[in-house]
Amino acid sequence: MTAARGFAPSCPLPAGDGECVQLAHGGGGRAMARLLDALIRPAFDDPELDRRHDGAALEVTGPVAFTTDSYVVKPLVFPGGDIGSLAVNGTVNDLAMCGARPLYLSVGLIVEEGLALETLRAVVASIAAAAKAAGVRLVTGDTKVVDRGSADGLFVNTAGIGEIVAPAPVGPAQVRAGDAVVLSGDIGRHGIAVMAAREALGFETAIESDCAPLAAPVLALVESGIAVRCLRDLTRGGLASALVEIAETAGKRIAIEEAAIPVRADVSAACELLGLDALHVANEGRFVAFVAAEDAARAVEVLRRYDAAGAAAVIGVVGDGPPGQVSCRGAIGASRVIDMLSGEQLPRIC
Amino acid sequence: MRFRDEYRAPAAAQGYARAIAKAATRPWTLMEVCGGQTHTIVRYGIDQLLPVGIELVHGPGCPVCVTPVEYVDKAIEIASRPGATLCSFGDMLRVPGRGGDLLGAKSRGADVRIVYSPLDALAVARAEPAREVVFFAVGFETTAPANAMAAWQARRQGLANFSLLVSHVLVPPAMRAILDAPANRIEGFLAAGHVCTIMGTREYEPIAARYRVPIVVTGFEPLDILEGVYMCVRQLEDGRAAVENQYVRSVRRAGNLRAQALMGEVFRVIPRRWRGIGDIADSGLGLAEAYADLDAERRFGAVRTVGEAAGECISGLVLQGARKPPECPAFGTRCTPERPLGVTMVSSEGACAAYYRYRGAPRPAETESAGA
Repeated sequence: MTAARGFAPSCPLPAGDGECVQLAHGGGGRAMARLLDALIRPAFDDPELDRRHDGAALEVTGPVAFTTDSYVVKPLVFPGGDIGSLAVNGTVNDLAMCGARPLYLSVGLIVEEGLALETLRAVVASIAAAAKAAGVRLVTGDTKVVDRGSADGLFVNTAGIGEIVAPAPVGPAQVRAGDAVVLSGDIGRHGIAVMAAREALGFETAIESDCAPLAAPVLALVESGIAVRCLRDLTRGGLASALVEIAETAGKRIAIEEAAIPVRADVSAACELLGLDALHVANEGRFVAFVAAEDAARAVEVLRRYDAAGAAAVIGVVGDGPPGQVSCRGAIGASRVIDMLSGEQLPRIC
Repeated sequence: MRFRDEYRAPAAAQGYARAIAKAATRPWTLMEVCGGQTHTIVRYGIDQLLPVGIELVHGPGCPVCVTPVEYVDKAIEIASRPGATLCSFGDMLRVPGRGGDLLGAKSRGADVRIVYSPLDALAVARAEPAREVVFFAVGFETTAPANAMAAWQARRQGLANFSLLVSHVLVPPAMRAILDAPANRIEGFLAAGHVCTIMGTREYEPIAARYRVPIVVTGFEPLDILEGVYMCVRQLEDGRAAVENQYVRSVRRAGNLRAQALMGEVFRVIPRRWRGIGDIADSGLGLAEAYADLDAERRFGAVRTVGEAAGECISGLVLQGARKPPECPAFGTRCTPERPLGVTMVSSEGACAAYYRYRGAPRPAETESAGA
C-alpha cells in the first residue's frame, strides 16, 4: 500500500502515480507499465503473465468450453462481493453450466479516469482471490482507461476456458419429460443486497450477495454419476427467466411448486416491501440442475454439501404440456404462469 | 415469514371457500376496488376457489392506469427540458403517453429519476439547487399524505426549485360513478384497505346507504380477500348494506387523522379526468391555494386536456369492471407488456398485467390445458 494519507478527490496533473487512475495509465507508456507491474501482475501472480507475451500458451485436453461475459454493476462494492468476485464467479459459473471444469480466465479492465487507485487495487485483489477460490488461473488480460464520464468507474470483462468433463451432452436439448428440477440453494440474495446498497432504501438489512463459484458442486454432481441433463446458473432475471429459457429451448413444460423454493425470510420481507417477486430477483451463486427423476434425491444430497444453509431442493418436474410454459403451483393450490420480466422490475407506487 | 404466511395458509383458504359456498344461495357480483387486490386474486387463483356464481369484477384502483395521458405527456415534456429533473415512482415510467413513455424519454437524455418516496425527490432538490426538480405526484388517498408531506416540507425548507405535477384521484367518487352507470351490475364492494387506512371508513357509509350496497373494507393477502368476500356475501344474503371492516389490523373507522389533516392543508378537492373512464366531479386532488406556487403546472405550463383516441384497447371498460382482460381480442396478442395498447397492461396494479403475468397469453391449445 503506497497510497498517501490525505486523499484528494481531484486528480493532480502531471501524471505520475497519483491516487486516481489517469488517462496515462492506459496510454501504453511508462505509467501503464508501472500500473501493470505494481498493481496487476503481482496480484494475479501467474507464470503466463510473467512471460509478458501477447497471449497465453496453454495446455488443454479433451473438449473445451469457452465463454465470455462483461460485468457492470453499481455500486462496485456491495455486501458479500464486488465487481471483481462477480466477474470471476460469473464466468466460472458459465463454464460449470457447460459441464466443464474451469481452467483459464482472461481479464479485461475498462477503467474510468478518476477511479481511486485504492478501489482498483481492491477489485484486482478480489479478482485474484476469487480465481484462487475457484481454482482457475488468470492467464491473460488487458487494461484500458477511458475519459471521465465514459464508464461507471470500472467495467470488467472475463472470458474463460474449461475442460468438459460431463460424460453426456449438457443443455436444454437434453431435457426430457419426467426430469426433476433441482435448485442449489435459496434465491434472491444478490439482487436484494445490490438494490439495498444502490438505492439507499433506508432499511437495515444483513443480506449479503450469494456470489460464489459453482464449479465444485457441478463437478460433484457429475462425479457422483448423476445423469445431469441441463444446468443453468441464475443471474439477472432470476429463477423465472432461467426456467422459461430452458422450457422454451427444450420445448417442454416445467411445473414448479412455490412452497418448495427456498427463500430466506429477510429476502422475502424485502421483496414484499418493494413489491418484487423473488422468482425474478437476481442471483450470482445459484443454479438449477435438470436430472433424471431417479437421481433427484441424490442430487439434493450432493448439493447440500456445498451450501452452508443446506437449502438445495427439488422444486419441480418437466412435463409434456404446452411447450415453453412454466407454471408454479402456489401455497393455496392454484397454478400461475411464470414468465420472464418484460423489463426491469420497477418498485410499485403503493 | 411471520405476519404473512398466516394470511396465505392453504387450509384456512379452503375453509373460507367452503364457508362462502355454504353462505351463497344465488349468484352475486362483487367488485374489488384496488389493483393490488386484483393481483392477489389472479396470482393465487382466488376466483377459481370461489363457488360458481360468485364473480369478482376488477375495479378502477390502479393509480397509474387512471392517470390521464396528458399528464404523462407533460411529465415527459418537463423531464426533457434542460435544467429540469423529473422524479417519479418506478411504476409510471412504462406508462405510454402519446409520444412514448418516460423510460424512452430517459434513454433519449431526459433527466428522469426513480424515487421510492416523494421525500427522496426533495433530497434531490436540496442537493442540486441549480436544477428544477419536479415530483410526479400520482395515486389515490394512499400516497396523498406522503406527497402532501413533500409539499409541506418544501415550503418549510424554503426550497424554491421543487414543485409537484399533481394528478391525484379519490376512490369514493369513482365508486359512485360505477354505481350510477346504467349498465352497472356490481352488488357489493371489497373496498381498498390501504386507502381506508388513511381515510377511515366513514365516507363509505353514505354510499352503502344510498345505493343499498354492502362495502367491506378488505386487505390484500389471499385470506383477507376470501374473508372480505365471505363478509360481503353474508350481507347480501341477509339483505344488509353496511360498511364493514375486514382489514381490522390496519383500518380504523376514523382513519389516520394526522394524515387527513395534512392532506387537507396541502390539497383541495377538484374535478378530475380518469384515463379510460372520463370526467368525474370532485374526484381528485390539486394543490390548495396556499401551496399553488409549488404547482409544476404554474412553472411549466398547464396540462391541456385532450380527447382520447379511440382504438382497439378496452382498458376503460376493464377499469370500470365492464369487461375482463381475456375478453379483449388484443389481449396477449397485439397487446403485451412489451407492446401495450393500454396502461392496464403495463402497470404492476393493472388488471390486464395481472392476467398476462399470472395466467399467460392465450394459447391455441388453451382448452386442453385449462385447469392444469
